[in-house]
Amino acid sequence: MENGLLMTSSPHIRDNTNTRRLMADVIIALLPACAAGVYFFGLRSLLVLLVTVAASVIAEYITRILLKREQTVGDMSAAVTGLILGMNLPPTIPLWIAIVGSVFAIVIVKQLFGGIGQNFVNPALAARVFMVISWPVQMTRWIIPDAVSSATPLGLIKEGASAAEELPGYFELFIGKKGGCIGEVSAAVLLIGAVYLVARRVITLEIPLTYIGSFALLTWIFGGDRLFSGDALYHVLSGGLILGAFFMATDYTTSPVNRKGRLIFGIGCGVLSAIIRLFSNYPEGVSFAILIMNTLVPLIERYTIPRSFGGGKSVA
Amino acid sequence: MLFTKKATFRGGVPVPHWKNTAEAETLQMGVPSKVYIPMLQHIGAPCTPVVNKGDTVKVGQVIGTSDKLISAPIHSSVSGRVTNVAPMVVFNGQSVMTVEIETDGLQEVHEDVKPPVFNNKEEFLEQLKKSGLVGLGGAGFPTHVKLAPPPGKEVDTLIINGSECEPYITSDYREIIENSWNILLGVYTLVDLFGFKNVWIGIEDNKPEAIKVLSNIAAKDDKYSDVVKVVKLKSRYPQGAEKMLIYACTGRKVPPGKLPADVGVIVMNINSVSFIREYIRTGMPLVKKRVTVDGPAVKNPANVEVPIGTPIADVFEFCGGFRSEPVKVLMGGPMMGVAQYSLQYPVLKHTNALIALDEKSAKIPPEGPCIRCGRCVDVCPMNLMPLHINRHSLHGDVEALEKYHANDCMECGCCSYVCPAKRHLVQSIRLAKAQLRQAATAAAAKGGK
Ligand code: SF4
Ligand code: SF4
Repeated sequence: MENGLLMTSSPHIRDNTNTRRLMADVIIALLPACAAGVYFFGLRSLLVLLVTVAASVIAEYITRILLKREQTVGDMSAAVTGLILGMNLPPTIPLWIAIVGSVFAIVIVKQLFGGIGQNFVNPALAARVFMVISWPVQMTRWIIPDAVSSATPLGLIKEGASAAEELPGYFELFIGKKGGCIGEVSAAVLLIGAVYLVARRVITLEIPLTYIGSFALLTWIFGGDRLFSGDALYHVLSGGLILGAFFMATDYTTSPVNRKGRLIFGIGCGVLSAIIRLFSNYPEGVSFAILIMNTLVPLIERYTIPRSFGGGKSVA
Repeated sequence: MLFTKKATFRGGVPVPHWKNTAEAETLQMGVPSKVYIPMLQHIGAPCTPVVNKGDTVKVGQVIGTSDKLISAPIHSSVSGRVTNVAPMVVFNGQSVMTVEIETDGLQEVHEDVKPPVFNNKEEFLEQLKKSGLVGLGGAGFPTHVKLAPPPGKEVDTLIINGSECEPYITSDYREIIENSWNILLGVYTLVDLFGFKNVWIGIEDNKPEAIKVLSNIAAKDDKYSDVVKVVKLKSRYPQGAEKMLIYACTGRKVPPGKLPADVGVIVMNINSVSFIREYIRTGMPLVKKRVTVDGPAVKNPANVEVPIGTPIADVFEFCGGFRSEPVKVLMGGPMMGVAQYSLQYPVLKHTNALIALDEKSAKIPPEGPCIRCGRCVDVCPMNLMPLHINRHSLHGDVEALEKYHANDCMECGCCSYVCPAKRHLVQSIRLAKAQLRQAATAAAAKGGK
């Protein structure tokens, strides 16, 4: 009997988290925002979300088979990618475009780089940018709940003062009466999901807080006609900032793994988002900002290797 | 005096406690028919056997010695006849010269066993060396060496480790409950001899009874009550790791590659100080050990006092055997313990627990790809980045291993414990250390030419 004893290296116990549970938690946290999107924009939004999730999962499944790698579709990360991509699309998006985007995210951005944990940019965001470039018209056809206007609040701001009367107020922004992507419509429900993720310790607050903080600071300073007169709150609540800061910038694979790195990453995202939103002729900034910071993660991590406990020495 | 330290160390994990044997009084195990006493049960030089096959030996008799500085003599735990002196594989897979003794059941005590006489620190250390005491918390560093730091290192603080942060293990706790006076009298002796200005007795807050008992006694003696303080520590693994404990008690940080003495501290296990007191009273060297026997596969979990050298199998037998097939048997706790290849391996001086896991609890989930969640980094008490060490070790990139301070890992296991991808991080870090050693040897050989 004794030679049958199992010889493994310590530790001999593990806690009960696993990749699938973490991904499931992310999906749970996103559901209220999805529900809000469907509520405000109608059932077609639900169809878009189902299509992106299904397309992502199937794309992952097939690629793993073709690459002859072990099947990873069970870790649910593909479903998360699909859901986040769907939430970043306008409710009117033609379904075939949604499918192409999903396949792009999973096959090109994620699997060709080695699958989960290996891709260097966020697949959903990369796909979104790819789609915005390829189908600019379809990707910006918005609907506003209870209204006929077809612009987002940020689009309206860019159009200038004449459109300003049509801008929704803070409360509408917070609750979700505004044009935009399916998942970014209601800051309130997004925050409910964010609280859930933090409480479940799926994400830490370093990235969201530095992101939103630095973004708010810059939009306050430079967002108005004079310095220090910008409407930071308006900027934070509109566009995909909340969705981006809590659910996309915190993507494990494409954000730094250490505390200091996360702080730098979050500030970088905030600064870039503000710059793009205020000084470019592109109304959104979140996707580009996060993508740019994604590519800088290896660099950030390399320069923020922590010192060992009690250590002054940097190299053994 | 009782102190509560809210401040703890950074990182760590809340492991389950599973202190099933906390309320069980220590049982005395009888003498097994045979004991196997290895000549290396400490960090340092192995001993040379001083008995031969056929010799009769008595309890407390020296059977192995070494003239090296860092070593501790080995004594017979039984009376009987030496039946073999030969190399044997021990708990960590090393082959060590081992004295095999067939017991006669009489447990006659050797005539050299008498209370030590000493008048000062030097004489005390001389006598302590003869007791064979090594750190009983797990590492097994010879205590007389630890208490004599090299000149120039000013040690003002003694920390007594009673945190016992591993799941299951309660052998320190039982010592506190059953022999509380011994612990404090041992501490007082050390204070008198070495002039420590501060003594911290650190205990995790999941053992309120132990904290109460010790702080009540510590408050009794005016002479020492200012010096000796009981510290209530937060229950968080690895609170009992030397560097973490020193930091929690004193706020001092031991730099990588340095010893506690470098920051003026000596850390001793609670059982070690208690032993010192008992040794001064009776002169009986270290020949028995309390071990916690537990785990889902064990019939009657208990704390058992065992003659050193007793085969593990006999100890389990004493606890009613197994309730189900033991699939994995650990010496030590589930976080840092070592899986045993054979139940014939003997209990050693620093063995504090024997854990038998059944099919279900022994199961380690399969490894998946790293998802870069950063949890391993967040929990590492040493501030390392285990995911990167893991990756570079698999690629054999020695330069990167150095950059990520692989050698500073204390193998506490927190990183592997929390990894959602269930990566074998600690295992690969051990490999990384070996790779670094190899590279260093290769470099030295090259430089020597
Ligand atoms: S905890 Fe595991 S999955 Fe997470 S970063 Fe560390 S090694 Fe990767
Ligand atoms: S890297 Fe080493 S010190 Fe850090 S958590 Fe893992 S085992 Fe512990």
